[in-house]
Amino acid sequence: MNIFLFYLLVMAAGGVFSCIPGRQGKLSALIGAAGIIAGSLGGLITAIRVLISGLPLNLKSSWPLPLGSFSVGIDPLSGLFLCAIFGLAMLAALYGWGYNAPPGKNPGDRCAWLWLSLLTASMALVVIARNAVLFLLAWELMSLSSFFLVAFENNQEKVRRAAWTYLVATHLGSAFLLVMFVLMGAAAGSFEYDGFIALQGQNPGFINLLFILAIIGFGTKAGFYPLHVWLPEAHPAAPSHVSALMSGVMIKTGIYALIRIVAMLGPPPAWWGWLVVAIGAASGVLGVVFALAQHDLKRLLAYHSVENIGIIALGIGLGLLGWSYDNPFIMTAGFAGGLLHVVNHAVFKGLLFFSAGSVLHATNCRNMEKMGGLLKSMPMTGAAFFTGSAAISGLPPLNGFVSEFLIYTAAIMCVLQNQMGAVLPGIAAIGSLALIGGLAAACFAKAFGVVFLGEPRSPDMAKAHECGWAMRLPMLGLSFACLAIALSAPFIMPALCSAIGNIISAPLEYNGADMLFLKIALMWISMGSLIFLLLFISLALFRLILLRGRSAEKTVTWDCGFAKPSPRMQYTASSFAQPITNMFRRALDIRTHDNLPAEFFPKNASFSTHTDDTAQRYFFAPLFRCVDRAMACLRWIQEGRVQIYVLYITVILLILLLTAL
Amino acid sequence: MQLENICGYLLALIAAPLLPGVINRTKAFFAGRRGQPLFQTYRDIAKLLKKSAVYSGTTTWVFKAGPMAGLAAALLALTFIPSGGVPALFSFNGDFLLMAYLLGVMRFCAVTAALDTGSSFEGMGASREVQFSAIAEPALLLGMVVVIRMTGQLSLNSGLASFFSRLTAESSPTAILLFMAWFIIFLVENARIPFDDPNTHLELTMIHEVMVLDHGGPDFAFILYGAALKMWILGALLVNLLMPVRTGHPLLDLGAMLAGMFLLAVVVGIIESTMARARLLRVPQLLIAASAFSILALLLVLR
Repeated sequence: MNIFLFYLLVMAAGGVFSCIPGRQGKLSALIGAAGIIAGSLGGLITAIRVLISGLPLNLKSSWPLPLGSFSVGIDPLSGLFLCAIFGLAMLAALYGWGYNAPPGKNPGDRCAWLWLSLLTASMALVVIARNAVLFLLAWELMSLSSFFLVAFENNQEKVRRAAWTYLVATHLGSAFLLVMFVLMGAAAGSFEYDGFIALQGQNPGFINLLFILAIIGFGTKAGFYPLHVWLPEAHPAAPSHVSALMSGVMIKTGIYALIRIVAMLGPPPAWWGWLVVAIGAASGVLGVVFALAQHDLKRLLAYHSVENIGIIALGIGLGLLGWSYDNPFIMTAGFAGGLLHVVNHAVFKGLLFFSAGSVLHATNCRNMEKMGGLLKSMPMTGAAFFTGSAAISGLPPLNGFVSEFLIYTAAIMCVLQNQMGAVLPGIAAIGSLALIGGLAAACFAKAFGVVFLGEPRSPDMAKAHECGWAMRLPMLGLSFACLAIALSAPFIMPALCSAIGNIISAPLEYNGADMLFLKIALMWISMGSLIFLLLFISLALFRLILLRGRSAEKTVTWDCGFAKPSPRMQYTASSFAQPITNMFRRALDIRTHDNLPAEFFPKNASFSTHTDDTAQRYFFAPLFRCVDRAMACLRWIQEGRVQIYVLYITVILLILLLTAL
Repeated sequence: MQLENICGYLLALIAAPLLPGVINRTKAFFAGRRGQPLFQTYRDIAKLLKKSAVYSGTTTWVFKAGPMAGLAAALLALTFIPSGGVPALFSFNGDFLLMAYLLGVMRFCAVTAALDTGSSFEGMGASREVQFSAIAEPALLLGMVVVIRMTGQLSLNSGLASFFSRLTAESSPTAILLFMAWFIIFLVENARIPFDDPNTHLELTMIHEVMVLDHGGPDFAFILYGAALKMWILGALLVNLLMPVRTGHPLLDLGAMLAGMFLLAVVVGIIESTMARARLLRVPQLLIAASAFSILALLLVLR
């Protein structure tokens, strides 16, 4: 455990040294990246060791701060999240090193590596904290360091606004958490996680209140619908390796903390499961529908984070249902699917953000309508994006299918139960997962097809070039991870089971008779993936043999006899998605601005659409206007003169003194 | 794995390209023509395999890999499909999910290959394909949930086999609703009337055919064969659902399966001869009706 904390210190030290004045530029980037990579590598080894052995590590020591102690621990549940955090942070550091070269162009450059290393270290601390005060400190450090990373290019108005949105949203979430932990601490008499066990079996109304507070507080960080509004603002604004890290793992700390709290509150009532399944279905379907309506590549990926958090929530919700109905199979399949999807999403969303960043780096453009044909100039980035697209759409032989299969299995077992309370959520989960799968495939066919295939839609695209090796290596690594997780699915399951054991506070055996079903199915999925690859390779060989010695001509695409086709005549991202977005127009609220061709010789015709977030427009904006109006009544206190404020301080001090006497 | 299972798989591999032939002959009969030979698809495939290929300068490896990956997915998906009384080659609990997602792989490959050409026609086809399949997916999977809830069996093999044996007068509405839902899926996924017209002469109005406009030579042979296999896969679901002949004798069972598939093809031919194509904007409504049928069937089983 001590050695693990030492790794975190190495990481933080690398960050601090990277921003010592006079060491700007190349050297500082090198120190920062090396610190993160070294610390992550060490941490990753510790985490994997815990996951394999199943033996938790613990450390508890007192510290001078009031309330609580410095107590940390790594059990398999923490270990699983640590693997995702360190694995992605390591690659993000390497990628960021290549992405920001040459440094010094941006106002946020000065301390960027410090914030990145602090973000990584604080995420790890959030996951290993075993004391509520320590947790809240780490949580706040994580929010602040990621805020400064989002505000990296703060000379742009849009970026500043995105960063503020993020800061406000994350602190609103933290407010709920503060209330929750204070209530828990007061009831249990201690801020140690061990002490919170005393809450089990208390007044159910109180426990339910804690659960709702946790859902709102952690759901804001995780991006549950409708609390997701900061995601589509912050992810496009941040540099791409930061987006990868935030979307891939930082939002998952919300999922981790929610699971941890639920585990402390004991066996849940069934409605917790219903609520989480409902949130999952809503986030999943609406996330992907909003993603379909986007033109900005990174904003599209941000909405897909909402979608995948929805899928994770479906798994967790079914797990909770299984737990409350005392059905170990549903519980295992649900939780395992949710937890594996956490890792999977870190892998493929990291991959997608890395390749989107590489496109952005090469073309300086985020608008998909202007892209096209990039696969020819950026073959490796394109292949990486293709792999990520197939994986996130849940297609075999890649990893997304494995976790979705586990969630489907849990849902199907729910349908076979006798209680309607299990059957209906099961049906909802299957229906929404199927819809999400189809829509996600549609959305990524659009993203990959419009960005990388066809002909360049604007002249800038012709200047695009492949990125450097520091950016290519992380993409290569994550692409192989997509395949490796699918092929090794049966071997990952025991680790997931020991993590689930932490949730229910009882060891979970993966050898029982009812687990045989999962064992065999996962084996078949891995086998099927392998068979698919073999079939593909043999067909490719067959085709090569057939075409040997024959001439392969090159012509133009069939243009229907039109004399002068131009790249502008290609199908665009908007037109590709239009039939689907039109189906969901009630939910989307798409604004169109058109200047339709009139007269016989039309000149200036134009058409544009943009899709605001409905949750922001119809829920948060009115809410904040109300708060603003209410607060306006108190504005007379703010005089803007220093003397008045000194008076306030004196008066308060006097009051305090008088009450103390 | 027994010999009869392999025979079932081989039967599907060999007989699948016959289905388009049967449909075409039925349509020709209704139109008063003689029509193309029954084995025309085999001839097309054989001819295409002997040809060389022509590629557009716009395309990349995605265009070439698409047909191969699509056929590989279809070949694998077919291994989970039983043939009436003869069980499937492979079977495990939850295999229908892998089957459904392999069909998804096939679609994803076809769509990306179409977008690779940069043609707006192919983009249009791809856009319609992803829209229709996204709405069709819940109907297919919820339909399978009906089978699972009714039989308690979690694989295609045992689920479909015991579905028919448990059918009573009381549960027949479920079977009819489920059949209707899956029949709509069968028609839309295989690009048949009233959803798509394989014989239309205008690129603008096609869905599946327009996506493969630029493919030629062996690549197009893979696509044709893959499409035939897909038709067999989804058709076999329907035939298995209501297959009354399960003798236990492999040859009889396989014969009954083949007869059932031909009957289905004849029905498709009759529909194509007597119906017009639905307006494109109406297609999503028909597909949502399929989901509604599945959900209704599910409600009847839950009762």
